[in-house]
Amino acid sequence: MLVSILHRACGTALAIGAGAIFIWWLAAAASGPDAYATFYNYVAVPAEGDGIAAVTTVLAKIVLIGLLWSFFQHMASGVRHFVLDTGAGYELKTNKAGAIATIAFSVVMTLIVCAWLFSR
Amino acid sequence: MGTGTGIGRVRGLGSAKHGSLHWWQQRLTAVGNLLLVTWFVVSLLRLPVHDYAAIVTWLSSPIVAVALILMTVSVFYHFRLGLQVFIEDYVHDEASRVAALIALNFYAVGGAALAIFSIAKIAFAGGHA
Repeated sequence: MLVSILHRACGTALAIGAGAIFIWWLAAAASGPDAYATFYNYVAVPAEGDGIAAVTTVLAKIVLIGLLWSFFQHMASGVRHFVLDTGAGYELKTNKAGAIATIAFSVVMTLIVCAWLFSR
Repeated sequence: MGTGTGIGRVRGLGSAKHGSLHWWQQRLTAVGNLLLVTWFVVSLLRLPVHDYAAIVTWLSSPIVAVALILMTVSVFYHFRLGLQVFIEDYVHDEASRVAALIALNFYAVGGAALAIFSIAKIAFAGGHA
């Protein structure tokens, strides 16, 4: 039940959130150095003395980590759907273990990637 | 499927009149996403810097540009199908549902067009950053 709702919620978040950031990122890069600098300033590294960008870059990090977790969660429950599509895994215990495994996978993977990124 | 007349089941037509096509395309793009988005996330995060020069140089590689265009098609088609089901399940008012479905299609097609054009422009410009 929870994992099914998470699959839809994460999918929607990825489509709208990650989709919009992806489009902005590419359109900015294609528009030239100035447009990309604007994107970079608000999402990645704020220019010195730019208070608004200092706030938005922190918010962007939180949003991007959330989207990274959504990606792993949606991926794991998507793979689980492939297993269920074959008609396997409907026994109550197996089904519940699979659902819990998707959450364990997404949380662990998000932590690993964040730990790696922040240690660089 | 599983309901309706025998001939209806054979043809694979449900109430949506497209039978199993939606289901199949959702799975096909899911496999595409599994491979391509994993590649994209790993490759992007492995880049040491993400400034203009680094990104444009990376995107101008033919392998990267083509893989990213394929990923865009797979992802945007996948979420067009997925959000369509989401809207059909949760938006009950008919006018709102039609409006939401139109907005979804405009976002998916328009967004994919903008993304693909941007990738192509960077790749064809040669990445002289």
